[in-house]
Amino acid sequence: MRILEVEGVRKNFGGLAAASDVTFHAQDGEIVGLIGPNGAGKTTLFNLVSGALTPDSGLIRFKGKNITGLKPYQITRLGIARTFQSVKVFPKMSVFNHVLLGYSFGNPKSTPADETLKEITEILDFVGLSEMREFRSKDLILAHQKRLEVARALATKPELLLLDELMAGLNHTEVLQAMELVRKIREKGVAILMVEHVMKAIMDICDRIVVLHHGEKIAEGRPEEVATNEAVVEVYLGE
Amino acid sequence: MTRRYFWPGILVLLLILLAGFPRYASAYKVIFLTNVLMYVIITLSWVIFSGATGYISLAPAAFFGVGVYASAILSKSLFLPVFIAIGGLASFCLAFLVGALTLRLRGMYFTMFTFGLVELIRHFTQWWEVNVTGTVGRLVLALDHTTIYYAMVIIFLLVLLTSYGIRRSKFGLALQSIGECEEAAAHTGVNVTRVKVFTFALSAFFIGVVGATMTMRWQYIDPPTAFDIRLSFMPVLMAIFGGMGHLYGPIVGASIFSVLDEILATKFPYYYMLLFGVTMFVVILFMPHGVEGVIQKWRQREKGGPSEKT
Repeated sequence: MRILEVEGVRKNFGGLAAASDVTFHAQDGEIVGLIGPNGAGKTTLFNLVSGALTPDSGLIRFKGKNITGLKPYQITRLGIARTFQSVKVFPKMSVFNHVLLGYSFGNPKSTPADETLKEITEILDFVGLSEMREFRSKDLILAHQKRLEVARALATKPELLLLDELMAGLNHTEVLQAMELVRKIREKGVAILMVEHVMKAIMDICDRIVVLHHGEKIAEGRPEEVATNEAVVEVYLGE
Repeated sequence: MTRRYFWPGILVLLLILLAGFPRYASAYKVIFLTNVLMYVIITLSWVIFSGATGYISLAPAAFFGVGVYASAILSKSLFLPVFIAIGGLASFCLAFLVGALTLRLRGMYFTMFTFGLVELIRHFTQWWEVNVTGTVGRLVLALDHTTIYYAMVIIFLLVLLTSYGIRRSKFGLALQSIGECEEAAAHTGVNVTRVKVFTFALSAFFIGVVGATMTMRWQYIDPPTAFDIRLSFMPVLMAIFGGMGHLYGPIVGASIFSVLDEILATKFPYYYMLLFGVTMFVVILFMPHGVEGVIQKWRQREKGGPSEKT
């Protein structure tokens, strides 16, 4: 089933078309990569899907339901969670409370207190932050802050997770760990849409890749198809 | 005494002292303490919204004045707790309306708007009184100062328990997330607009309640007294002076500040504003985290741990 369908979405900033007639989709449990040079409109597309921006025209459907123009908190509660390109954690809040916040507000069904505690502990274990649960997030290193964003997003019980440059700024070991984390999330049955510049990560873990350039989709396909696509090579390397 | 009983113990002790105070103190001191409590309550209410979210509101004078006028109009016909509640509700409704319209403004713009709101409502009230009612001020049915004092103690207890409840709740967690990163809060499922508007209105409710109560003490009111802009700036200064991280911060800050205000104004009537300014200057330079920051640093030194910047 198609969990996310983006149809002919257009968004202009002044005279600049940050997204023009972009159409793509993501299947249940699939990892879709979104790549393109700087300014191609990747983050704009994320903002459109997550409700931070409203498209000028076009449709966005989640599980067949039209979600165009809904507010971010509504979209989160429906089952789309996201992380941010530049880390956006709550500096003075504890790691535990980040997850509690996501669990309490992003997840429409309410659960008894002991189950909440159990699930939060599980999520912290899952991303490998259980030893830091009482730390304030500003005291964490970047790699841990990024994992904290993932934990907060997972706490909202998403069916689709948008990861905006999860690996940017991480060292080699941390990139491998992040890739492992992304795979583990998919094994839980969560579909993933990811923007990434780390090519190794994209090529290794994505099932399908969508290439954007100047707000337009120029290619789409399996990683090996995209890597040999003429238009893509031209955009990345010049003629 | 174990840590667990420390704060409840302090609170009970404080309430006993407050409750017994009018038996032993002069009328002047009771009225003075009523004033101190007024500032403590306004500051605590202000911190509920502005302290948590970082939206600096200069509207307290507007909510206070609306509480004053709502109760002044009704004071001749109703029972004390009822018109106090009506004063609070009037402010709650005003804040709800204003909040829904303006809480999308950020930073300086929101602050300027709330400042403008005070002026707008003050001038409107003035115009209404002169042109429609045909008066400049109103005489209000006064109550004795002990009753007013006890009403203030009860309101203080209520605002304290409300603040504590919010800080301990998930609602408080949502407020904190809005203050630290509103965008991430929205994408984590928090209905940021609703949380902000409700909290703004709740904070205004208590300020309106205090306004309604003070009306009974003043006996005569007019728009410049009811919408005194000092009531907007004082809670901000008091909260900065006390610190906002813990509940005792605003209480200690507002108490010290209002006592200082009274002493300076009575002992040095000519240099009052000058001394006040210098005090504020020294506080901001040397105590950037207020009284709370000093206490925190002192406790850390006691424990022997490294001092931590927050």
